[in-house]
Amino acid sequence: MSGANIIFYLLAAITLVSAVLAVTTRMIFRAAIYLLFCLIGIAGIYFWLQYEFIAAVQIVVYVGGIVVLIIFSIFLTQQAGEELPKQKMGRQLFSALAAFCGMALVMLQLVQHKFTTTANKAVEPTVSNIGNQMLGVEEGGYSLPFEVVSILLLAALIGCIVIALKSKPEAK
Amino acid sequence: MMQPGLYHLLFISTALFFIGVYGFFTRRNLVTMLMSVELILNSVNLNFIAFNKYLWYDKMDGLFFTIFIIAIAAAEAAVAIAIIINLYRSHQSIDVENTEDLRY
Repeated sequence: MSGANIIFYLLAAITLVSAVLAVTTRMIFRAAIYLLFCLIGIAGIYFWLQYEFIAAVQIVVYVGGIVVLIIFSIFLTQQAGEELPKQKMGRQLFSALAAFCGMALVMLQLVQHKFTTTANKAVEPTVSNIGNQMLGVEEGGYSLPFEVVSILLLAALIGCIVIALKSKPEAK
Repeated sequence: MMQPGLYHLLFISTALFFIGVYGFFTRRNLVTMLMSVELILNSVNLNFIAFNKYLWYDKMDGLFFTIFIIAIAAAEAAVAIAIIINLYRSHQSIDVENTEDLRY
């Protein structure tokens, strides 16, 4: 067993264990920190697959952006250190059952399915290749979705400001 | 223990997806529900990357889908947290059981 395999299984274990802890712990701040480790584990898997650009984007946007945002919102809305109320046993049981049944169904389908792979030459996912295709306007270019996403981000930015704005009392 | 391949990655992403679903069902706090949604989105990203790496390595479409999903997830998290903070201001709580104003 080579070192690369050991690293893969280690990353997978970190990701899955911290994901389970993030959804089961009753301390909300710890849940955010476990989510952070889970996202870092996924970024490590992307590095392992040699998709370095995606791994960097994952770390910058998820770990540096979304988790920090979540931690801030926890500070703003929650007494830190206070435990979440205990959930009903029946609800937990049924949720676990539903999740397990769904997972069993998907896994069963997965192991029975034979995937067919392409025989074409591989394209290296380097940053220059990604940039050329991202802003390309020819066949297979992604410039239209790129523009649409930029408008979406602008709309989200304005929407956040409008939603979180304190409503001023009406001036007479 | 064998060489990790497509099936291992699909196993991880399936497990992550259903962990997220379990969290979404059991949690009653809006911030933790948002965390579960992030887990689900990450499992989808992992799926796209796995298929791009092992089945259609001659294209980069899975990679672009992942990039766009990450961008949209960031926008979604920002809007959701703005709504949550606004809700906390008016109700002093972000528990879904206490926010029943829109129910009827």
